[in-house]
Order: sequence, then C-alpha cells, then structure tokens
Amino acid sequence: MNNVRLQADGVRLGYGDRVVVDDLDLDVVDGSVTVIIGPNGCGKSTLLRALGRLLNPRSGAVLLDGKRIDKVATKEVAKVVGLLPQTPSAPEGLTVADLVSRGRQPHQHWYRQWSAGDEDAVTRALELTGMDAHAERVVDELSGGQRQRAWISMTLAQDTSLLLLDEPITYLDLAHQVDVLDLVHRLHTERGTTVVMVLHDLNLAARYADTLVAMRDGRIVAQGPPPEVLTEQLLSDVFELDAKVLPDPVAGTPLVVPVSAHLRPER
Amino acid sequence: MRTVRDSGPVPGRRVLKLGPLAWTFRPRIVLVPVVGAVLLVLVAAVNIGKGSSHIEVLDVLRTLFGGGDRRENGIIFDLRLPRTLAGVLVGAAFGLAGAIFQTVTRNPLASPDILGITWGAGVGAVALIVLGGTRGQVSGVVAELGVPLAALAGGIVAGLLLYALSWRRGIDGYRLVLVGIGLSAVSYNVVYWLLTVGDVDDATRATTWLVGNLNGVGWESIGPVALALALLVPATLMCAHTMGGLQFGDDTARGLGIRVDAARATLLLLAAALVAVATAAAGPITFVALATPQIALRLARTPQPPLAGSMVLGALLVVGADLAVRTFAPNLPVGVLTSVLGAPYLIYLFVRSRKGVRA
Repeated sequence: MNNVRLQADGVRLGYGDRVVVDDLDLDVVDGSVTVIIGPNGCGKSTLLRALGRLLNPRSGAVLLDGKRIDKVATKEVAKVVGLLPQTPSAPEGLTVADLVSRGRQPHQHWYRQWSAGDEDAVTRALELTGMDAHAERVVDELSGGQRQRAWISMTLAQDTSLLLLDEPITYLDLAHQVDVLDLVHRLHTERGTTVVMVLHDLNLAARYADTLVAMRDGRIVAQGPPPEVLTEQLLSDVFELDAKVLPDPVAGTPLVVPVSAHLRPER
Repeated sequence: MRTVRDSGPVPGRRVLKLGPLAWTFRPRIVLVPVVGAVLLVLVAAVNIGKGSSHIEVLDVLRTLFGGGDRRENGIIFDLRLPRTLAGVLVGAAFGLAGAIFQTVTRNPLASPDILGITWGAGVGAVALIVLGGTRGQVSGVVAELGVPLAALAGGIVAGLLLYALSWRRGIDGYRLVLVGIGLSAVSYNVVYWLLTVGDVDDATRATTWLVGNLNGVGWESIGPVALALALLVPATLMCAHTMGGLQFGDDTARGLGIRVDAARATLLLLAAALVAVATAAAGPITFVALATPQIALRLARTPQPPLAGSMVLGALLVVGADLAVRTFAPNLPVGVLTSVLGAPYLIYLFVRSRKGVRA
C-alpha cells in the first residue's frame, strides 16, 4: 500500500455560482509525479488550486498527510507544500536573489527573519535552476525561460516535499520546456519530491509522469500510468481529437500524433 | 547539470553573521535611514535654536545631550523641544503608514491622504470644533483635549469603513483605492459642510487645524502621541515581515503560508491608527505619507518602500518644512509646505529614474 500524501475526497469546487468540479476523488502517492491533462476549462487548474488550499471545496475535503488541509495552519502547510501559480507577478525592481529569498517566508518569524539555514536553502535553490549566475538581475528584465526558472527557484527555496506546478512550461520554447521538466524530474529522483502539475503538452506529460490524470468537464475520465491512459480512444473522448498514438522513439512513452482534417484518408 | 554545493552565501549579496543569525546586508537600506537621521538631528537642532532668543546649533545639540545651562535648558526643554519633537513623531508615523499602505495595496497612490483616513480624522476634529465650540455642547478644556481624540476616532472609523466597503471575498488593492477616493470625497464634503454651518470663529479655528499645524504644540500633546506610537510602531514592525510576500499576487502569498486577509487587515488597520494618531496631534499634514515612501524607495533602491527609511525621511520632511515655514513665511501652516517641498522632489525622482511608479 502506497503512502498517500495529498488526497481529494469528494470535492466540489467552483467560483461564485458556477460549479467547475463535482464529487472528485484523487490520491497523490508519495514520491510520484502526477500530471493532470485535459482540455481548456476542464477544471484542472481549479483542482490544483484546491490541492494547494488556495480554493476551499464547497463540499468534500482535501487531505494533506491524512489531515484536512484547511484545519492545518497555512504556514505549516507552506513548509510541506510549495506551489507555483499560473502567472505569478513580481513587484518591479525585485532581484532574482530577493525573489528566491521570499520563498523562505514560511520558515521565518518576526523575530528571526533570516537564518543561515535560509541562506543555504536560497543558494541551493538558485544553483539547482542555474539561476545563481543571474542572482543580481532584476526579475522583470529576464527572458521568459529565466523568469520561470527564477519562480521555480523561489518555490524550491521553500524546501517542501510536495510541489504543485500550474502549467510551469507555458510560454517557454521547447528547449526551456525540457529544461524545466528535467529539473522537476531531478527533484523527484534526487530528493524524492512529490510533484503534481498541470501540463498542456501531452507528449511531455507522458514522458515525465508516473501517473497521468485525464479530466473532462470537472471529472476524472482516466488515471494511471501514461501508456494505459493515453490511448487513441481517450484522446477522442476527452479532447475530441483524432490522433494516432505511437511509442516515443526516445523514451518509449506514448507519443500523440494528431490526424489533421486535410490529411484524413477518404473513406 | 552542475554539482550543487551544500551551502554558501547567496551570490550577489553580503551577509552579516552573528552566531546562528544572519542578515542580508544592503548598504543603501542602512545608509538611507542613517544619513537621514543625521540630517534630521541637524535640522531639528536648527529648528529648536530658532525663536525670539536665538540659540546656536552646537549649543542646542550640547543642551539636548545634557550639557546645557539653566537658561538653555529652560528655553529648549520647556518651550521649544515639543514642537520639533511633535514634527519628528508625526512625520515618522506618516512615513511608516504610507509605506505600509503602498506596499499592502501594491499601489503607490494609496496614501492615507487619498484613501480618506486623513479626511476622516478631519471630520472628527472639525465636527468637535464646530459643533462643540461656541454652540457650547462641549467647552473649555474638554473641547481642547477632545480635538485629538475626535480626530483619532474619525480616522479609525474611516479606516474600518474603508476596509468594510472594499471587502468582497477578500481585499483587492485597486478596489481599496477606488473606495478610498470615494470615502475621501465624502469626508471632504462633510468637513466643508461643517465649516459653512459653523460659527465664523470656530470655522477659522477648524481651518487652522485642517491645514496641519505644529504651532502651540506643548508637552501635553506630545505624551499621547508618543505613547500611541510607542505601541503602534513596534506592533507594525512585528507584522511587517509578511509585507514582502503580500507584494506578490494573493495565490503566491497564500502559497508562502501567509494568511493574506488577516495580515492585510492587520497592517492596514495599524497604518490607519498611525495616521489617525499623527493627524490628531498636528492636523492633516498632507503629502508626507504619499511622497516619503516613494522617495525612500528610490534612494534605497529597494523593490518596496523601506520602513526605517520612510520613517526617518517622513520626520525629516515635516521638521524641514516646519523650519522653512518659520524662516520664510511665518504665517503659512506647515502642511502647505510639506506639499511644496515634497512634490517637486518626487517628480524629479520619477523623471530621473525613468521607471514606472511602484510600491
């Protein structure tokens, strides 16, 4: 029996009058990389926000290590769960070193605002993402890829065993996408970090995930290892996409090749 | 991929270490308040030396540090120090409050002058002066002591109203500013309505208070301000460690373990209380809370207004303005001059830095 770190138990989620996710169950197993996929508006980011206690369920509960996450002090949660929102914004003029240092917030108190431990964690976080070379630069002057790495560094400086990443590679070119996901993979293998992320790129999702979760209309349609989930039938059901699934020549994981309308053979 | 060292300093920063503790050392963050404090002492000394019997700066300093003769002690400690000390305290309170408002709302325009806190205090004070003056509901000593208390009550009520009216499942900085501008306009008009319905003498008294004035501040008005600030400033600084995180979006701040709504409410109410206390003592000295955090931010080159720097520069601006007024235009209230001094410098900084406004 695997150890479940984070669990959604019959959660109903929504904004205002709109219910986005209803009666959803999900188990995130310790040391796994879980990737949530699904079409736009299927509720995957909403689910991730609920897992990170940014959104309270209307009913049901999110459990962190078996305890209701809304009953645990938010600062204690922040020592265990690090999260990166979809489009974080930094105040103008903030340097990379300052941004990453703020990741230490949950470990600080009003009477001890900076310790040697903070210093080490920030230095390590900068080195892991290769942002130590840019530590003195101002965040708003960085390229998109560097900025994303700076934000990931901040989340890493938080030193958590769980990471929730909402579309961490959107707006990055392919090389930087692979860089960021390689970094996530390293965290996972070297530190045993449990990762939940939302990704749009199905091929990269299949390559880096232990567990793929496919969502549609606020429900989980399928979950499991990528080869079991990413089938031609599922792509048709979830994304309404006509596609072939081949083995990825590099990783052996499923590779989605869409069939465009003008290439479809006449019947 | 690179190998990862176990530890070491964050590149690009110097660290001060003392046993297990360490602080990041940024020279400018320390330099701005230190240089500001030195200037403040000098300007304050000149201001204290000024009067019907002139005292040289060095003699003022010697007396302040305990080496004065009987005459000097009498003039300086009994008569002149309260005015300058009030300027220092009030200026520091406005500077700190402005820095908090601007950081927490992520909006450099969010100063208590604009958000209606100052005018709320004005409503309280003017209402007491006008309704309690010649008409006689309140009279004599009670009315005199009552003005600061009424201003305090007005400012705090305005702060609570601002927060309550801006609340919509959380506080959004932009909405807070819009509600504040509305609240400010309402308070402003109530003040003018009170001035028109009031007795002429009372209205004149109220107007003098309304432009911000250090005239006639004695030890009896210093006590309450000093006490209030002695409680509020440490409380504010204790809560201030969340301010860095609050500058991010709400999701990021929550992710960092900050109780965003509670932290923001506490900081805003503390800042409102600071403004109310300061306004109660010296009237609404405008522009200090708006300008000094921005000036301090640019001098210290920090991404958010530095608290110590904002306090020292606030004090410097008020005392400097008081000195300038007494030197060049004895009938002008200090509140007029803080704007005259602060505005051009702020504009100069905006133009020179070629950067957008930030908080």
